[in-house]
Amino acid sequence: MRIDPARLSASEQLRRSARQRRARKLVGHAIIYAVMIALACVFMLPIFWMASTSLKLPRELMAWPPEWIPSNPQWGNYAEAFGKYPLARYMLNSAILVVANIVGALLSVPVIAYGFARFNFPFKNVLFILMLSMMMVPGHIKLIPLYVLYLRLGLIDTYWPLILPAYFGSPFFIFLMTQFMRTIPRELDDAARIDGAGPWGILYRIIIPLCRPALTVVVVFTFLWTWNDFLEPIIFLRDYDSFPISVGLAFFQGRYSIEWHLFMGATLVSIIPILVVYFFAQKHLIGGLASIGIKG
Amino acid sequence: MLSLWRKLSPQERRDAKTGYLALSPWMVGFVVFYAFPIIATIYFSFNEWTLAEPPIWVGLDNYARMFTRDPLFVSSLRATTLFVIISLPTKLVLGLMLALLLNLKIPGMNAFRTIFFIPAVISGVAVSLMWIWFLNPDTGVVNTLLSYFGIRGPLWFWDLHWALPSVAIMSIWKVGGAAIIYLAGLQNIPAHLYEAAEIDGASKWSRFWRITLPLLTPTLFFQLIIELIDAFKIFTEAYVITHGGPLKATYFFLYYFYEEAFRNANMGYASALALFLLAVILSATVFVVRTSKGWVYYEN
Repeated sequence: MRIDPARLSASEQLRRSARQRRARKLVGHAIIYAVMIALACVFMLPIFWMASTSLKLPRELMAWPPEWIPSNPQWGNYAEAFGKYPLARYMLNSAILVVANIVGALLSVPVIAYGFARFNFPFKNVLFILMLSMMMVPGHIKLIPLYVLYLRLGLIDTYWPLILPAYFGSPFFIFLMTQFMRTIPRELDDAARIDGAGPWGILYRIIIPLCRPALTVVVVFTFLWTWNDFLEPIIFLRDYDSFPISVGLAFFQGRYSIEWHLFMGATLVSIIPILVVYFFAQKHLIGGLASIGIKG
Repeated sequence: MLSLWRKLSPQERRDAKTGYLALSPWMVGFVVFYAFPIIATIYFSFNEWTLAEPPIWVGLDNYARMFTRDPLFVSSLRATTLFVIISLPTKLVLGLMLALLLNLKIPGMNAFRTIFFIPAVISGVAVSLMWIWFLNPDTGVVNTLLSYFGIRGPLWFWDLHWALPSVAIMSIWKVGGAAIIYLAGLQNIPAHLYEAAEIDGASKWSRFWRITLPLLTPTLFFQLIIELIDAFKIFTEAYVITHGGPLKATYFFLYYFYEEAFRNANMGYASALALFLLAVILSATVFVVRTSKGWVYYEN
């Protein structure tokens, strides 16, 4: 039986259209969720396959059809991977490099940014533009002269080439930090100055504590970039025992490329620190990236 | 310079001294890690030099060799350009589409953002290793799935025609990185513009083309430049997965530079290659910046 809409009372019509709207919204949400979940599954498939492989027996690797979820997960593979490859050693090396780079960035970047953000002096704008333009210079252009320099100084096969630059400030971080410091009101500086604080006291007691969001971005990015760095370590390091995890994995792939179940376990282990840092810091990470994206 | 200094008041001089002191680490770093290496690379590019003996001045010979009689230069340039042409536009468009999805206001979207961004934070080596196994022609996931439909999948990294697209697919997998940047741009678009358009009866489609896209162009522009520079510098995948093969299909420019400099110790020729790549990146960037006036929309 059809109901003539004109015959319905106004309130009933309203109720009906509200119900329709809610139903339409629900269907819309369901479609969106279905699309998103399907996409997420596709995106996570390589990682899932890595995890699945890491729990298989060697003979299951070549089995056809493959088992998506191993029925008999071999957790012992991880112990075997750690025993067979110096994974712990490589991860420790990476951790040393990460800590040294973070310390360098935290010591240098706020001081340099403070100079740009708070003081006026001749040629400041020229220096600032010069620094910004260095952000655009691709790193590969500097590799040969630096390699020769480190060779002459006997620093090849030490960690110095991978650590030193951080102590002189990276342009990207200096820019980020300068922009952030400019948003801190100068009245706070003035108040501290009246209380007798010098320029460095103002930096360390007033400004740096307020820069925590920007400092977090510096720490997180330094962690990710140092942990993932590949090109510079393969050029500046030679001794197998000194390799960071990225180089170590690539090196083992060339030698033991048959043991994929151990190998996928090792690769998975190598990205766990990155994932942990990412999960804890993603808000800062995205915010930091976004701030340069919009204002840049 | 001295007269400039004399014009400053005592307070200004004190400020300037503190400022220079604060900048001093950067100024040292600029000379050692930027100015010196860049100038030295230019100088080396006019020399023949294998590190064992002192450099020999050869003038423009390295450049002449590069442009007229180096088949590897041609291969590497072709591989890199193809990679940029395939991956860059795909990533820009797919990144935008993903960002539009992630921008929908429904509960739980944050979890999806986290998931799609993961590929962008993992190292190139880990990603490469993962994908070697993922695209394994015999037991890899993709070819297994294809076989369910009776399709015989390609050899991927080990096929002359599929190697480069495979590397591009891997790079497109990291599209979440771009999407997150677009997402931030989308969220900066003032809501009142959409409300006004809705009152005027504008359709969703026209709201996208008239409001979203124009206001997003600064973000698109920024991301285009970042991805452009990044795409030209592709290296790790060639080193870890393909070693430039098969038949130089993935012999990317930076990988060629690496082999010339650090395997063959041809420092002079490698310097010329490095400078050529810099010139390509800079001119591509300048080209994008020049054309940007026509399509990038700034509110003020």
